[in-house]
Amino acid sequence: MLSYLLLALLAVTFAAYFAGVTKARSFAAAPGYSSQHSLSGYHGAFVAAWAGIPSFLLVLLWLLFQGPVIDSLLVSSLPPDRVKGLDIGQLNLLLSEIKSVARGNIFGEPDAVVLAGAERYNSWSTIALWAMIASALSLSVAALFIARSKLAPRFRARNQVERITSALMIVCSLIAILTTIGIVASLLYETLRFFSMVSPAQFLFGLNWEPQIAMREDQVTSGGAFGAIPVYVGTLLIAFIAMLVATPIGLFSAVYLTEYASSGMRAVVKPLLEILAGIPTVVYGFFAVLTVAPAMREFGEFLGFAIAPNSALAAGAVMGIMLIPFISSLSDDALAAVPQSLRDGSYGLGATKGETITKVLLPAALPGIMGGILLAVSRAIGETMIVVMAAGIIAALTLNPFEPVTTVTVQIVTLLIGDTEFDNPKTLAAFALGLVLFLVTLCLNVIALSIVRKYREQYD
Amino acid sequence: MDQQVVSPETATIRSAVENPKITSKEVCVFYGAKQALFDVNLDIPRFAVTSLIGPSGCGKSTYLRCFNRMNDTIQIARVTGEIKIDDQDIYDPDLDVVELRARVGMVFQKPNPFPKSIFENVAYGPRIHGLVKDKTDLEELVATSLERAGLWGEVKDRIHEPGTGLSGGQQQRLCIARAIATKPDIILMDEPCSALDPIATAKVEELMMELCENYTIVIVTHSMAQAQRVSQKTAFFHIGYMVEYGDTKQIFEDPQDKRTQDYIFGRFG
Amino acid sequence: MTDNSEPQPAATHDWTSGAARRRVRRRYAADRRLQFYGIAAIGTAMALLGILFSSLIYAGYAAFTTTKVELGVFLDPEKIDKDNIRSANFRKMVRDSFLSYFPEVQNRTEKRNLSKIMSSGADYIVRDYVVRNPDKIGERIKISVPVSDPFDQLYKRIIPREIEALSSDRILLYQQLEHRGVLSVQDGVGVAKTTLFVDPAQVPKDGGVEAADYQRIIDEGFRSFFLSEPSLSYREILSPKAAEALKKKVVADPQLVGKTIEVDLPLSANYDNLLQKGEAKIRNPRFRSDKEFAWFDSLIQRGLISTPFTWELFFNADSRFPELAGLAGALSGSFLALLVCFLLSFPIGIATATYLEEFAPKNRITDLIEVNINNLAAVPSVVFGLLGLALFLNTFGMPRSAPLVGGMVLALMTLPTIIVATRAALKSVPPSIREAALGVGASKHQVMLHHVLPLAMPGILTGTIIGLAQALGETAPLLLIGMNAFIPSVENIGLTQPATALPTQIFSWADSPERGFVSRTSAAIIVLLGFLVLMNLLAVYLRRRFEKKW
Repeated sequence: MLSYLLLALLAVTFAAYFAGVTKARSFAAAPGYSSQHSLSGYHGAFVAAWAGIPSFLLVLLWLLFQGPVIDSLLVSSLPPDRVKGLDIGQLNLLLSEIKSVARGNIFGEPDAVVLAGAERYNSWSTIALWAMIASALSLSVAALFIARSKLAPRFRARNQVERITSALMIVCSLIAILTTIGIVASLLYETLRFFSMVSPAQFLFGLNWEPQIAMREDQVTSGGAFGAIPVYVGTLLIAFIAMLVATPIGLFSAVYLTEYASSGMRAVVKPLLEILAGIPTVVYGFFAVLTVAPAMREFGEFLGFAIAPNSALAAGAVMGIMLIPFISSLSDDALAAVPQSLRDGSYGLGATKGETITKVLLPAALPGIMGGILLAVSRAIGETMIVVMAAGIIAALTLNPFEPVTTVTVQIVTLLIGDTEFDNPKTLAAFALGLVLFLVTLCLNVIALSIVRKYREQYD
Repeated sequence: MDQQVVSPETATIRSAVENPKITSKEVCVFYGAKQALFDVNLDIPRFAVTSLIGPSGCGKSTYLRCFNRMNDTIQIARVTGEIKIDDQDIYDPDLDVVELRARVGMVFQKPNPFPKSIFENVAYGPRIHGLVKDKTDLEELVATSLERAGLWGEVKDRIHEPGTGLSGGQQQRLCIARAIATKPDIILMDEPCSALDPIATAKVEELMMELCENYTIVIVTHSMAQAQRVSQKTAFFHIGYMVEYGDTKQIFEDPQDKRTQDYIFGRFG
Repeated sequence: MTDNSEPQPAATHDWTSGAARRRVRRRYAADRRLQFYGIAAIGTAMALLGILFSSLIYAGYAAFTTTKVELGVFLDPEKIDKDNIRSANFRKMVRDSFLSYFPEVQNRTEKRNLSKIMSSGADYIVRDYVVRNPDKIGERIKISVPVSDPFDQLYKRIIPREIEALSSDRILLYQQLEHRGVLSVQDGVGVAKTTLFVDPAQVPKDGGVEAADYQRIIDEGFRSFFLSEPSLSYREILSPKAAEALKKKVVADPQLVGKTIEVDLPLSANYDNLLQKGEAKIRNPRFRSDKEFAWFDSLIQRGLISTPFTWELFFNADSRFPELAGLAGALSGSFLALLVCFLLSFPIGIATATYLEEFAPKNRITDLIEVNINNLAAVPSVVFGLLGLALFLNTFGMPRSAPLVGGMVLALMTLPTIIVATRAALKSVPPSIREAALGVGASKHQVMLHHVLPLAMPGILTGTIIGLAQALGETAPLLLIGMNAFIPSVENIGLTQPATALPTQIFSWADSPERGFVSRTSAAIIVLLGFLVLMNLLAVYLRRRFEKKW
């Protein structure tokens, strides 16, 4: 139904365009016509914009608010004795039962209240739908006629259309801000709800993370289940292993490529590294499970000690491979930004290439390289699929790389995969972890980007 | 003390000096397929300042960079001919370019101190070449070099502050001190004053005249006044050819070649 | 120090001394070392890339062919209702026609095992064929259906018929015995010569020698070979009949009680094989009996087995059975999500970039927008999933698992890429073009629309394609909004219908325990990488073809 409405609005918009164009073309025939300010197309676009945009916005807003409004109407229409004493979760359960009955999915014997509610829900939904269609179409058509009546030979249609375009562009630009606000607001809101059930101190400093247990009613508040320290430690352990793999390989590759390699070799190696960067992380995750983890386990067996199949080492090593091209290209940029005059200065004193690199270029490029490494750490912390597939789920507080550990992102995914109830601390805990993750990566990025920017300015 | 053979038609001029520090024969430089320098023959006297002058793109900097093989760092550059320092061919494959560059110091157009402290800048060369035995020796060498570069008095209290914090003229003198510290016997200067103000320029020029008592100095300059002020010998380059070479006084007062005359008396360039 | 400032003669360093020569050599060695590190690093990265691709191809190539068995099915018009074809019992029809290859198999259990050689989805394949070709009813058709996963793997030689019965540490125990020279073959039976103390304590007073705990006696004696072994794992080296053999011996000669004797104890079957044949194998536990191999071999001999290209990989939807699972659902889901992503992010991205680059005044709001765009580019993808879950699904009440929501989340993630690329493309259009257009009286909007944007379009498109390629590989945000639904048919696809996407399908398959899904997953990854390569090649082509040097 909605798609038909949108098509209808589109049709009205097209009609508006032609209505505007025909009216503008008719000006020339009128008596006393001297010249037209704007091309006829702009007159058409002006009418079309007024016919299309406000009604489209109306539909969007309507859709946003229809659900909550009908829900609150429904709640207030339920018999008070039925609603009394229900907390939000139970109320939501009741609402979703009514809605599912309204859609015709009847399981068992719904009681009279639910049936009556479903009936009301259906009738209100229908009323709302038709009201929306009627108001959107009438708004569109009314706007068409008003806008068309404004057209005149000296009417500055082009300027009007350009102002509308500018306004649209500004709205588009604001989406970036809205997204950030949306992220922060939704994470904060759910986190605050989480903290109303679990104390922040316990979440931030607790040593025991067993969110699944909390599914049992009697254990929701019984202590220690949401202490996220083991999760943080696991995240840092895997990120550390990843950096241990990625930093030397990435840095030395960059050094070789910028300072030693022939242009032919650069032309071959750089695209290959870019391939490594373009591989989706789910592929790396499968690579870890398919190849790296079994190889490591066998190697461990060969040396006579046990490496878990989902060890931190395997997940971290594969994440390190993913980060190699990242570190290499950022180090490459940093080294390339060091001015040639410093190289000349060093060679002019008789330094070898190696001495120039280690004693002059690397120290000079250090801020840029550090910025790149920080960005890579932020990526490692936020990386999801590799650890979801290759790391553990149980939060063990250990620094042993041969044992399985879990990470923030793994917990977010495992807590939210499948059906999610927004009144359960288990679900909300994922948002609290998400907030921590967002804030930490944001800080790392801001610091890293400012280091890199300062460093660039130094040589610009 | 010298004779010159000036032939205005060709660029192959043999300029002999007695007991020269550097001799070059038929030096050509190619950048890829493009030839930048054509058959340069030139002898550079020891313990004197020699200026290389000429309009932009004449090849004077390219020639200067042959003396310490800085052209090696450009992948497409190729040098032919023969350059000898103290009768040793510096393009001999057995010769070590590291040693050569330690013995032939270079100062660049733009001051290029490393982003390290003043001390570290000067100590860099001696450290990598192992010229000193211990820390005391090194401190002494750094002090002497800064002293010789006329910078010691100005920086002795902040020797561990970054070299990039100095003024342009001080930075350039720091670069000279850095070059001196590797104990070279030749110092090449590639338009060392073009980025400096007049007062700083005067200081650097004064320094050059002092240094030429102990070092052989070759300087590329845009400023004819500077060449006249500091150098004993001057060579004029024009689009890849060495056109004329002689005592500075003679070049500026009585140039033999038409192109030199045009340049000196301001008809082009 | 300053007292040392008398000019000294230059060059006091002797470069020809041995120490100086050595020092220079050392310095060059350090330089070469650094070069070596660089080459080693690049080599490692390239090797890892090679291992990644070769292991994926090695694991995945098999999935591009399917092992099929040819059936001759009689489409009995009496059993198939032309008007309601789907209601017919194809299961029985297909099973009977397969069983007819082996008329000798009559036992019910064996029949069931035999029919398991065929894929469980065989009846659906025949059913769909009949639905498409209702005129064939009444005829006898030849149709190839996939064999079940273990036989598919067997035919492709991915899994063997027999596997090693003994793990490497068990073989190590065996080698210890061999090393001591106690193993021999006597009367066709492998035995281990063992020194035992027939402990009177193990002989019960009232029961006599018959009731003694001989297993215990053997354990005590046999342990001496493996003093360092903590567990009793060596027990299984000996046959369970060893105690019986010892008992026989002692009962025959009760004098032995209390004495230390030397006996040959028989080895268990696996170790006996190891000793006599040099290897110990057992049937692969994926197969229920050796008969299955015989049946399958006979099918091969009769030429009924073929391995055509797996078109099903692209045209089948998901399935619980690896031999039937395909990517059609995932491909359509990814396509719809990318379509939504493109329709949203392309115009919004261009509008934002144009505004910021050409129209926006420099003020705090535009600064804020720029900072936001830069930061959004670095926000972990899982956080976008959280946003989609909390905002789009929970607050706005949009449908779960829908490509519409997936596309919206992906669009938010793709926006920064497109904006950055568009701004770079706009910047590269020289000001002279703008000035020329402004000079003939075009408005700023007209300059943009008529001149700058068309010239910047190749760059914008390149950036957009690269952004979409990234979006195609994104997994985590789609998982959080539930776009990993199990889609067993492609009949019901739509923007608001539950769907899955290519990367989430890979994730689901990678999680499945069946062996066949390993190669299916790898094949799906190869398909995904193929799409990414195509998209990137397109981007490179656009850049090369339309790149202008101003």
